[in-house]
Amino acid sequence: MSNKRKAVALISGGLDSLLAAKVIQEQGVHVEGINFFTGFCVEGHTHAIRKKDKAKPKRNNALWVAEQLNMKLHIIDVIDEYKSVLFNPKHGYGANMNPCLDCKVFMVSKAKQWAEENGFDFIITGEVVGQRPMSQRKDTMPVISRESGADDLLMRPLCAKNLPETLPEREGWVNRDELFDFSGRTRKPQMALAEQYGFKDYATPAGGCCFLTDKSYSEKLVDLWKYRGSKEYELDDIMLLKVGRHIRPGGDYKLIVAREEGESRFLQGYKKGFTWLQVMSHGGPLTLVEGKIKEEELPFAASLVARFSQGRDADKVTVKCVRDGEETIFDVKPLPPYEIPEAWYV
Amino acid sequence: MSKISLDLRGLLCPLPVIRVQDKIKTLESGDQLEVTCTDPGVMHDIPTWCRINGHSVLSSSRSDYEFVLNLQVGGADRG
Repeated sequence: MSNKRKAVALISGGLDSLLAAKVIQEQGVHVEGINFFTGFCVEGHTHAIRKKDKAKPKRNNALWVAEQLNMKLHIIDVIDEYKSVLFNPKHGYGANMNPCLDCKVFMVSKAKQWAEENGFDFIITGEVVGQRPMSQRKDTMPVISRESGADDLLMRPLCAKNLPETLPEREGWVNRDELFDFSGRTRKPQMALAEQYGFKDYATPAGGCCFLTDKSYSEKLVDLWKYRGSKEYELDDIMLLKVGRHIRPGGDYKLIVAREEGESRFLQGYKKGFTWLQVMSHGGPLTLVEGKIKEEELPFAASLVARFSQGRDADKVTVKCVRDGEETIFDVKPLPPYEIPEAWYV
Repeated sequence: MSKISLDLRGLLCPLPVIRVQDKIKTLESGDQLEVTCTDPGVMHDIPTWCRINGHSVLSSSRSDYEFVLNLQVGGADRG
């Protein structure tokens, strides 16, 4: 029986976690990857929905990393469990609705649980001291180790020499001399190491890997909670926040207007659960109504939807509305843009 | 050997991959799994996941908006 030590690596799909796993593989440790899907992951979604992005190659970067490293990857659905992290983050939110520090504590604790269940010896991440303003600071990285319960089973190979020794180093499973002392926001040491290992075409997401770091997305989420009166959501809710123009003319309902064909097709899958509107006389986007719209508000909603159709300058546009399976046809004049206040756009 | 189907239409990646991964854990080596999806990303992601976890893609096909993959479960260590 092999006594090779085993490590589980948190794999985001970015360069740092790729390198961290590689560094430990190079020391003869068996490494497998773990990737958590919270529902807010940027990975894949937007370009799967929007037609304009169809020309871009589609790949899941965490899977790409695993293939580069010839290692298994376990993708774990944590959508429901993640709600408790997002609703009440002990360490608060970042610039937007991103609970980065609590998120990392949560993920490391889940990885620790997985490691225990699957006979793995320690956990590695691609964290670098000073790289992120909330979760990757000298003072917050020990918080992650402590609050996740991983303690000295958590190793950050790219900056290990800036941190206290971990159990795998003390036990000689990993040679500390072959670990790194990266720090700060510069990416140059990582890029040099990637070059040394021969990694090319790795992901460099400009906006991070989570929609919660995005200002516009966070505003839509806060709006959803505000008008529902509670911080609840289902996966469909947070998926729909990624799609279309969101326009709230009144407190009780919001229109989700597809911006192009790919989004219209995506929204088709949600028609059963929503009141929806479709311009019939001209080309136009599918629109879902989220919330409670009154019967008498439907003609106005139709005129608003007509504004986003190819009949926007016509005197009359025909709009079909389906509500609880009942179809109504409205002939409306499209709302002029000056009657759509900027404040309605969520 | 059994052959079963999974309807994953409407799910966006990585959910189809997760559903395949979880289903395969319940199957035996040699079993076949047919999945129907609507996210074009599956044509890349599911074969990649199969390669790194030791399973095979027997065939794949696409119509306008649907993608069908036939998978075969690999050896004993099925990740």
